[in-house]
Amino acid sequence: MNYFLRKLGTSLLNLIAVVVTIFIVLHMMPGDIIEPMAREEASRLGITYEEAYERVADRYNYNPQEPIYQQLVRYVKGLLRGDLGTSMLNPKNTVVSILSVALPWTIFVVSISLIISFILGMQLGALMAIRKRGIINNSITFYVTIVSAIPSYIIAIILSIIFVYQLRLFPKSGVYSIDVTPGFNMPFILSVLHYSVLPITTYVITSTGGWILNMKGSSVHVLGSDYVFAAQARGIPEKIIMRRYMKKNAMIPMITILAMAFGGMIGGAPLIEGQFQYLGMGAYLAKALGERDFILYQGLLLCISISVILANLVADLLYSKLDPRIRLE
Amino acid sequence: MTRLLHSFKDFFKVIFRNRQATIGLFILTFFVLLATVGAAFTPLDMTVDYANRFQMPSWKHPLGTDYVGRDILAQVIHGSRDVITLGVVCAVMALGIGVIIGSVSAFVGGFTDTLLSFFTNIFLTIPAFPLMLILAVAFNVQNIWAAGFILAIVSWGGVARVVRGQILSLKHAEYIIACRIMGLKYWYIIFKEILPNMVSLLAVQFIGLFQNGIASSMGLMMLGVLTYRPTNWGVMLSLALQNTGIAYNPKGLIYFVTPIVCLALLQLGCIFFSSGIDQALNPRLRTE
Repeated sequence: MNYFLRKLGTSLLNLIAVVVTIFIVLHMMPGDIIEPMAREEASRLGITYEEAYERVADRYNYNPQEPIYQQLVRYVKGLLRGDLGTSMLNPKNTVVSILSVALPWTIFVVSISLIISFILGMQLGALMAIRKRGIINNSITFYVTIVSAIPSYIIAIILSIIFVYQLRLFPKSGVYSIDVTPGFNMPFILSVLHYSVLPITTYVITSTGGWILNMKGSSVHVLGSDYVFAAQARGIPEKIIMRRYMKKNAMIPMITILAMAFGGMIGGAPLIEGQFQYLGMGAYLAKALGERDFILYQGLLLCISISVILANLVADLLYSKLDPRIRLE
Repeated sequence: MTRLLHSFKDFFKVIFRNRQATIGLFILTFFVLLATVGAAFTPLDMTVDYANRFQMPSWKHPLGTDYVGRDILAQVIHGSRDVITLGVVCAVMALGIGVIIGSVSAFVGGFTDTLLSFFTNIFLTIPAFPLMLILAVAFNVQNIWAAGFILAIVSWGGVARVVRGQILSLKHAEYIIACRIMGLKYWYIIFKEILPNMVSLLAVQFIGLFQNGIASSMGLMMLGVLTYRPTNWGVMLSLALQNTGIAYNPKGLIYFVTPIVCLALLQLGCIFFSSGIDQALNPRLRTE
């Protein structure tokens, strides 16, 4: 319980720090982004410039003319109300509404990829630790080396050129076909899967390598420990030692890496989702950056940072559940 | 001096004994030569020449020409200079910040340690790539120093954490405690006992930072920020995607593939060399 509270407290502090950091970054933006919009609004509605400025600043929940601490108070108040302002290019869309559309798709793609690459990595990594030499080992090593040398966005580009533009097997953009009605029906589910195949494949190809290496290292470490030696001495069959002694114990440290991997994948999303025009957080981040829509950008950045903090918290708690030694610290 | 020469000789002896490390060193040397000697002897002509666009490889253009008739090989060579400089600038800065924060954190301890670790944690939490994107736009990056700084700002966190961990574990190592009991000076212990034990770790971190810096700088260029110079591989790649219609145009293939192959080779060189460097500088891994 104590451990739980401490972890929760750390996460909250971390969250506050991240909010302040993102606030500072946003306020380093050169120039006054509200001014031209206020000018435009003043002439359009026939009101004074000051009044228009106030209105625009309220809409974006951001007033660069206020002193900095007052801006921070305004920003945090907005956050607590769940108000992140509106998109600068399309004032009808609030940032929160864009988030609620985009976030589920990113979470969907990232978590499916994470599960697939985790399982693959655990199996192959354990295999590599057991068999030190041989064709399987060599080919896995070759794969890991190649994949770690090629950044994920390049794999995304190559996959999209081959499968989207040349073979035309997958759609160019979007998250599901316009012909299906969203809901729990077969055509919709199939369509969602069809649209997400390439982003998921890209993530799986690039992140499996890391899992293999981590699992191999951890397994080799466990194989060298005394209790494995003792089990061998008692004549317990190798197969059972591998499954019950080595794999289970070797997988425990992997739990903390899960959160880091999640953060890494979600951070790489602008390039990968952007390449496939898969309309999740990443694609919106890339779009907001291209259009210099900073209000939207900071909202998206904050949202993915929060999901990384949450992932870390979940990993920490899971870890303590799986490994009682941690809680006693 | 002779001692330094001796350890240099030792270093290469170990590198050459390891096949992977030799290949890595070879690749890295190749790119450094390309960036220095190659770039000095290759004229770069960026004038637009529509008549000669998308030419196949020939004597005059060993890798053909791009979508406006410029020589691809010359661009790649000059690009390598830019890419490598940026990688080194980023790695030096990030290593500097990381080592200072990590070592202060570990040596001073107490509240300073808690504060600095918390600070490090923030930078490890905010996803690096999106943060880099927004920083690059906010600072309106126009030169290599600013670009390196942006890359360093988001990547020092890992170094600080590793350095802190290593120093903490060394601080309580038996031979350091022995030094302290012998009454050796604090600075003597840091520079003569602790630092030599960190060299391999720092070298591996340096190469990792260099490698990641290059990969993410190319990613930033693909999204249209950090485009202060036309010959960088990342800019070439993004131009190839935008202007050659690469998905349907096989003629643009060389222009598109060249920066990718160079990037992959350079990354491979880093990976191989860093595995070797670890063995060369860490005597404990050298048991044979």
